Amino acid sequence: MATLSAETELDAGVPEAIGLASVNSREPSAFWAALGEPFVAVGDFAFFALRAWSGLFSRRFSRGELLRVSSEIGVDSVLVVAITGLFIGMVLAVQTYAQFHSLGLDTSLGGVIHMSIVRELGPVLAAMMLAGRIGTAMAAQLGTMKVTEQIEALACLGVDPVKYLVAPRFLASLLLLPLLTILADALGVVGSSLICLKVFRIDGFHYWKHTTDYVSLWDLFTGLGKSIIFGAALSLLCCWRGFRSRAGAAGVGRAATEGFVLSFTAILVLDFFLGMAIRALGTMVWQSGNKLI
Amino acid sequence: MTAPLIRLDGVSVRFGKQEVLRDLTLEIFANRTLVVIGESGCGKSVTLKLIVGLLKPTSGEVYFEGAPLSRMRDAELTAMRKRVGFLFQQAALFDSLTVEANVAFGLQAHGGLTALAIRERVAERLREVGLPVGVEGKMPAELSGGMKKRVGLARALALNPDVMLYDEPTTGLDPIMTDVINELILLTRSRRPVTSLIVTHEMRTVHKVADRVVMLYPLARLEAGESQILYDGPPQKLLTSLNPRVRQFVEGEARDRLSEMRMESESAEMGSCK
Repeated sequence: MATLSAETELDAGVPEAIGLASVNSREPSAFWAALGEPFVAVGDFAFFALRAWSGLFSRRFSRGELLRVSSEIGVDSVLVVAITGLFIGMVLAVQTYAQFHSLGLDTSLGGVIHMSIVRELGPVLAAMMLAGRIGTAMAAQLGTMKVTEQIEALACLGVDPVKYLVAPRFLASLLLLPLLTILADALGVVGSSLICLKVFRIDGFHYWKHTTDYVSLWDLFTGLGKSIIFGAALSLLCCWRGFRSRAGAAGVGRAATEGFVLSFTAILVLDFFLGMAIRALGTMVWQSGNKLI
Repeated sequence: MTAPLIRLDGVSVRFGKQEVLRDLTLEIFANRTLVVIGESGCGKSVTLKLIVGLLKPTSGEVYFEGAPLSRMRDAELTAMRKRVGFLFQQAALFDSLTVEANVAFGLQAHGGLTALAIRERVAERLREVGLPVGVEGKMPAELSGGMKKRVGLARALALNPDVMLYDEPTTGLDPIMTDVINELILLTRSRRPVTSLIVTHEMRTVHKVADRVVMLYPLARLEAGESQILYDGPPQKLLTSLNPRVRQFVEGEARDRLSEMRMESESAEMGSCK
């Protein structure tokens, strides 16, 4: 994974996000500098994310920009997310059928596959597709703006670049990733059901009965809740790397790669911790093992 | 003597291990044109970015009308930036917006004008920088380097700034376009009272537009105890400076200019032979 060096920012003479003021600290020893780099990067990201969050309420970005970004994130991603959802559902059905069939549990496939899709695969795969398709584009776009001094030009015109450029991307990702997740979930259910019911000839009544028994609205809503957090994480991380891009084509390319790798990793790590938190919440509020909603 | 409009007071800037400016003190007076010259890496562009608050000094302070930039709140910094126009080296036009939207950007961002008034102001500024009618709808990618610089200048002038900062305004332009941009800088100053700070290594720009010249020298090549400012005075005396480094720079630029002129005349001759 690409390292996030604090010195990298400084070497590039890169003004920080807002106020665009560079952090020109007194020179520490190389050891302490290396030790402090991850903390500097985390602090820098936290400040950046806070700025973007406050940008949501400042209305500094134009409606046109929000619509343009929403179209890029939402409309242009529909096909790729739909295909991903459909085929993941189909693959799951193909891979799990043999084991369940040998145990005589064919009709349970509906519950198992659909729960996997709604809880995990739908939100995670939609987020990953978006990170690959849109996250890298965001990092590259903002990185190019950075190295061609367009971001500095915005600041010179008295416009906060994070509020103007990041806030609409952040908002669009927050709002549209859940919608794309619903699409991935729906197509996943369609794909798996097609294979199970039409190819493997599983009894439809019991297949759907198991689905409604095992999969609750709680599963659907927690999956969508996760997708909101994934959308926030991937948009902020990719925009952050774009803003911290180094000069030249290589710098922009590296920013795009870093944005993707960071957001991909963050989605998986967040998925684990959110899964644990949701499980704990479910256990705490409701009786363990009962249907929640 | 009047107080300076902008003052850099003992400013040092360091990027990681690289020191760019050390203890630089510079005063810029209202309605005057200061040209900062020097070799690449001597901190010319950094000086401009310090003035507009795009960079913070490692030590020292930058004052705008006596107010320290480091103590300005966001709103105060924004208000200050509205009074400062910045022409970037590569123009830095927003590539997803048309020429008209680029020039109108600052006006729209800060409100206060109707759509009609904004359109009129944009047309006026584009006319001032000598761009033809019809260019408004073009995208920056469709423009030549000189046209981009002119649109950048129109955008910087749209908010009627009190201060204009030019970062290498003629870099990458042919000699004719260089003269056009120099003329525009003079024209801008004659049309409205404006304080100008121009960063360049072009002696043509120095002789044409400067009231005062400051020459910076890269820190890495300075000897102990030497000041980073090698020359601070009128452009006329630059040629007779006794400092060998200043003379070396001026003569080097003159040599470049001479070979440039020779190449131009040769290519013109070849053109006429054809």
